[in-house]
Amino acid sequence: MKNFEYFEPNTLAEASRLFAEEHAQLLAGGTDLIIGMKAYTETPKSVISLQNIPGLTGITKDAANSITIGAMTKVREVELSEEILKHHTALAEGASEIGSIQIRNLATIGGNIAHASPAADTVAGLLAADAQVHISGADGERTVPINELFTGPGQTVLTAGEIITHFRLPSPASGSHYIKHKIREVMDLAFIGVASAVNVDNGTIIDARIGLAAVAPTPIRATEAEELLKGNEPTDELLAQAGGAAAAATSPISDLRCSAEHRKEMVDVLTRRTLQYALDRARN
Amino acid sequence: MSKHPVSLKVNGDEHDLLIEPRKTLLAVLRDTIGLTGTKEGCSTGDCGACTVIVDGKAVTSCMVLGVTVSDKEITTIEGLASDGELHPIQQAFIDTGGYQCGFCTPGFIMASKVLVDENPNRTEEEFRHALGGNICRCTGYTKILEAVIQAAEEIRTAS
Repeated sequence: MKNFEYFEPNTLAEASRLFAEEHAQLLAGGTDLIIGMKAYTETPKSVISLQNIPGLTGITKDAANSITIGAMTKVREVELSEEILKHHTALAEGASEIGSIQIRNLATIGGNIAHASPAADTVAGLLAADAQVHISGADGERTVPINELFTGPGQTVLTAGEIITHFRLPSPASGSHYIKHKIREVMDLAFIGVASAVNVDNGTIIDARIGLAAVAPTPIRATEAEELLKGNEPTDELLAQAGGAAAAATSPISDLRCSAEHRKEMVDVLTRRTLQYALDRARN
Repeated sequence: MSKHPVSLKVNGDEHDLLIEPRKTLLAVLRDTIGLTGTKEGCSTGDCGACTVIVDGKAVTSCMVLGVTVSDKEITTIEGLASDGELHPIQQAFIDTGGYQCGFCTPGFIMASKVLVDENPNRTEEEFRHALGGNICRCTGYTKILEAVIQAAEEIRTAS
């Protein structure tokens, strides 16, 4: 690892100022950055730790059941949070799929998202929760819906010095579920990741959100599939139509993990399957 | 590049050190403090050989910068026994022969220690899954799992 200057600012403003300088990197949990620095794919001149900045950790719920997750919250905490498990099960399931317990005790949800891997395990659940990403920078604060955050593999709309501070999940899902398609039970990267969330009233799907990971240059929402579902009663035929529409929304690549064709086919299968689980959970 | 002063609390001892920011906790433990019980395997957070406990949580010390853990409570394999008494998980690994070459053993013991202490009621399947971040290249997993289950039983009956 190349050497670097290390900073541990106590305020967001100071962190933003340092991060806006050239060749600066933010340190959250470190489980992506340190691997990159060891491989010399990351050679920052300065590393700015966010660990001393107050207010960036923890999971809180307000009176309207809107949940806020600090960007520096460990993914292990997201995985075990009763509020997340209850209201955004798919996100807790996604968090539980990252690395090992040792890694999840280090990795943060903000880091998992800011790293902008199309295969990030928390991203499908956040998409299905319609998460709002709160960002702080030199010009103040702004909010970006998570489906507008990513611009390409490893790329986001964040500009120099901008830092993700927290995620807001506006309202609970009646039921949601995440499936990571993979070979190994743990310590694997997703072939694809699919999260479905539904809100059901009197047997009718009033809202549906489907987040897809590792099937396009960025994580995406399957909006056409969502529209097919809304206002309808769930039937096998409807779920099959939604699965097909979700697969049609993807533009996967073939790589060492699997082929583009397999990815597309499995988006269809897993969209149907996650929807079925989400609907079962909504009933119970 | 400037070195940073850190105060590392390792196994109850305080170490006031001046370290380069690029030094991982693993490197500081082994090379600076001389605690070589913690092993370096893959160096990329995949194998668990370097597992130590920081503020009660098992972490891979190769994925932690030493400068980030000042004033946190760090426990390594050398700090598990108290007053010459082995922790039940250490004794269980000896009783069951839960090791072959021994290289993965400190990491397995530190990861299992947290698991059995926080919830000894886990099922065998749950322990197996929770230890997914530790690799034994001798592939002696059966005895390792026996050790963890024995320690969990002991802790359950003791409490």
